[in-house]
Amino acid sequence: MKLRKVTAASATVFALALTATACGGDNSTGGGSGSDGGKTITVGIKFDQPGLGQKTPQGYAGFDVDVATYVAKKLGYKADQIEWKEAKSADRETMLKRGDVDFIAATYSITPERQQSVDFAGPYLLAHQDVLVRADDNKIKSPKDLNNAKLCSVTGSTSAQNVKDKLAPKAQLQPYPTYSACLPGLQNGAVDALTTDDSILAGYAAQSQFKGKFKLGGFKLTNENYGIGVKKGSDLKDKINKALEAMVADGAWQKAVDKNLGPANYKNEPAPKIGEIKS
Amino acid sequence: MFDFLKDYDLLGAFWTTVQLAVLSAVGSLIWGTLLAAMRVGPVPLMRGFGTAYVNIVRNIPLTVIILFTSLGLNQTLGVSLGADDVETINFRLSVLGLILYTSSFVCEALRSGINTVPVGQAEAARAIGLNFRQVLGLVVLPQAFRSSVVPLANVLIALIKNTTVAAAIGVAEAAVLMKEMIENEAQLLLISAIIAFGFVILTLPTGLFLGWVGKKVAVKR
Amino acid sequence: MSSVLYDAQGPRAKRRNVLLTVVFLVAVAALLWWVIGTLKDKGQLEWALWQPFVHTEAWSTYIWPGLQNTLKAAALAVIIAMPLGAVLGIARLSDHVWVRVPAAVVVEFFRSIPVLVLMIFGLALFAEYTNVTSDDRPLYAVVTGLVLYNASVLAEIVRAGILSLPKGQSEAAMAIGLRKGQLMRLVLLPQAVTAMLPAIVSQLVVIVKDTALGGAVLTYSELLSSANTMSGYYGANIIASFTVVAVIFIALNFALTSFASWLERRLRRAKKSTGAVVGANDAEIAGTAGTGAGGTV
Repeated sequence: MKLRKVTAASATVFALALTATACGGDNSTGGGSGSDGGKTITVGIKFDQPGLGQKTPQGYAGFDVDVATYVAKKLGYKADQIEWKEAKSADRETMLKRGDVDFIAATYSITPERQQSVDFAGPYLLAHQDVLVRADDNKIKSPKDLNNAKLCSVTGSTSAQNVKDKLAPKAQLQPYPTYSACLPGLQNGAVDALTTDDSILAGYAAQSQFKGKFKLGGFKLTNENYGIGVKKGSDLKDKINKALEAMVADGAWQKAVDKNLGPANYKNEPAPKIGEIKS
Repeated sequence: MFDFLKDYDLLGAFWTTVQLAVLSAVGSLIWGTLLAAMRVGPVPLMRGFGTAYVNIVRNIPLTVIILFTSLGLNQTLGVSLGADDVETINFRLSVLGLILYTSSFVCEALRSGINTVPVGQAEAARAIGLNFRQVLGLVVLPQAFRSSVVPLANVLIALIKNTTVAAAIGVAEAAVLMKEMIENEAQLLLISAIIAFGFVILTLPTGLFLGWVGKKVAVKR
Repeated sequence: MSSVLYDAQGPRAKRRNVLLTVVFLVAVAALLWWVIGTLKDKGQLEWALWQPFVHTEAWSTYIWPGLQNTLKAAALAVIIAMPLGAVLGIARLSDHVWVRVPAAVVVEFFRSIPVLVLMIFGLALFAEYTNVTSDDRPLYAVVTGLVLYNASVLAEIVRAGILSLPKGQSEAAMAIGLRKGQLMRLVLLPQAVTAMLPAIVSQLVVIVKDTALGGAVLTYSELLSSANTMSGYYGANIIASFTVVAVIFIALNFALTSFASWLERRLRRAKKSTGAVVGANDAEIAGTAGTGAGGTV
C-alpha cells in the first residue's frame, strides 16, 4: 500500500511540474504567426544592448526600438500592435528568410554578403567600429596600440577577429556570451579594450554604473551602415524607406538619437541618405 | 570528401581536450580524496565543510562554475594562475573549474568505496594501534580505491565529456572546432560524425579498460 | 561508518582536533576575507548591483521567464527520454541478438558523446533540414541533445532496475504460463519502475544542470542566459546576477536530490522483502552495471 502512495505522489509531482511549464510555455511560443496581415507586425530587435535595443522591466527601449516603432506607425500599426522578437546576430538572415519576423532593426549592418540573402531599407544610422577603454588608460591611442592588448568580444562576433586580422595581429581575444560580461574585466584591467560598433559601446558607457569610467577610442575602424532588414523582394522595403525619410525630415530621428545615445556623449554622424552606403 | 579537414586543426583540438581531461583528472583525484578524508575524519568542522562542499558544488551546472572562474576569479578577483596570455589563462581556469566540479563526484565515489570496506578491517587496524591517518591511508583507502575503480572510471568518462564545457569561455577544444566547422562547411553530418567518433575513441576504451582493471583489482569478498 | 575509523578521543587527540579546527577555520576565513575584500575593492558589493534582486521586476522580467524555459526544456527532455529509455533498456535484455546488439550499440554510442556536441549537432540539423522557426530551434536542439543522451542513461537505469529483481519473480511468472511480453508488462516493469524512481529523479538533476549549456553555447534563453540579459540592464552586475542564478540552481537541484533520497529511503523501508532499489547515488556516480562507459556526472 505504502508503495502505491509513493508512486502516486511522485506522479502528481511530475504532473504538476508539467502543467506549470505548459502554462509558462504559451506566451513564448506561437509567435511566428504575427505576419498574417491586419492585426500585428513582428519586429526583430536586440534584447541586450543598452541604448539600441534592450528588454527592460518597463518594456523595450533603445534607438532601434524607437526607429522600428516609428516605421511601424507609418506602416499603419500602433505601438501595442508590434510584437517584439529577439533577433540574435547569427539568426537574422534565417529569421527574415523564413518569415519569422516582418522586419529587423537590430544593429544590422548592410554588407554585400547579407544583401545576397536579404533586402535592406535605409541605412538609418552610420556607426563605426571602435574600442572602449578605461578612461584613465592612455596607452591605447591608435589602433596599432591594440597589439599585445587583450580584447574582449562576444562569441561569434566578427569585430574582434577583424581587428586581430587587419590591425593588431598580436592582440589576444577573450570571448564571452555577452558584452556586459566584458565590462567588469575592462574596469579591473583584466582586459584592455572592448571592441564593437561605437553606438553599442556608447550605450554601455552611458549606464549610470560606469559614468566616467570608460571612454571611446574614436578610431572609426570601419563604417557600419545600419539598415532595416526585410525579406528578399519584399515590398516593405520601399515603404520603410519612405518612413525613414519622414522620420529624419520631421525631427523624430534626431530626437531618438539624443534620447537614446545622447547621454553617452556619443557624437553621431548626420542622418545617412537612404540607399547611400559608405564602405 | 575529407578535403576540408586540412584547414582545421582537428588533432590539435582533441589534444586540448585530452590535456584538459588529464590535468583535471589528476587534480580532482587529489582534491576529491582530500574531501573524502575530510568527510570521514574526526574533525567536525572539516566534516561539515566536506559535506557542504559536495552538496553545493554538484548541484551547480558546470557551465556556471566555469564561467565563474573566468568572470569572477579572473576578471574580477584578478587571479590569472601564473599565466600571461588569454589562451593559457582560460585553459588553466577551465582545468580549475573542472577540478572543483569533478572532485565532488570523486569524493562521493570514494566514500561509497570506503563504505564497502568491512568494519572489521578498520577495527583491526585500530586494535593494533594505528591512528586515523594510518587507518585511512594504509588500510581503508587502498581497499576503497580498488573497489571504486569502476565508479571512478565513470567519473573520468564524464569528465572527458565535460571538457567540452570549456567552450563557454572560448578554450579551443573539440566542441569549439565542431561549431566553427559547421558554420563554415556544408558537411553537417560528416563533421558531427568525426567529432562524435573522436569522443567515442576517447571514452569507450577508457571505460572498457578501467572496467577490466576494476574487475582485476576488486577485493574478493 | 566514519566513527569506526578512529578511536574515541583522548585528551591529546582532542587538543589536536581543536588545533586542526582552528587552523582550518583560519584558512577558510582568510580565503573568504580575501574574496570579499577584493570584491569590495572592485566595487562588486555595492548595493546598487544587488538591489534589483529585492524587487519583483528583476524576477518577473528576467529570472522567472528564464527559469520557466529551463524547466520546460528539462521536463520535455525527461518526458520524451523516459519511454525511449524504457524501450532501449528492455531491448538490451531481449533474447534476440538482432534486437539486443543494436540497442546496446545505440546506448553505448550516445553515452560516450558529450551532450554539448549532441546539442550543437541538433541546432545545425534543425536549421538545415527542418522548418522549425529560429525561436524554437534552440529549445528543440537542447531537448534533442538531452533526450539522446538521457534516453541511453535511463535505458541503463531501466536495465539495472529489471536485473535487480529477484530471479524468482520471472521464474514464477513463467511457471504460471505468462508469455515474455506479459512477464515484462505485468510482473517485471511495475516492480522495476518503483525501484528506479530515485535514480530517475536524480537524473533530473543532471538534466536541469545540462540545460545551462543551451544558454551558454547555443542561444536558448534559459536561466543562465537570463543573467546575461539582466546584467546588461542593471549596469553589468554580472557577479551579482550569476550568484543569484547559481543559488537558484542549487536550491532547485538540492530539492530534487533531497526528494530522490527521501524516495529511496521510503522505498528501501517499504520494500525489505525484495530489496530491489536502484539508488539515487548509484545512478549518479556508479553509473550502472555493464561495460562501464558512461556515468552521469
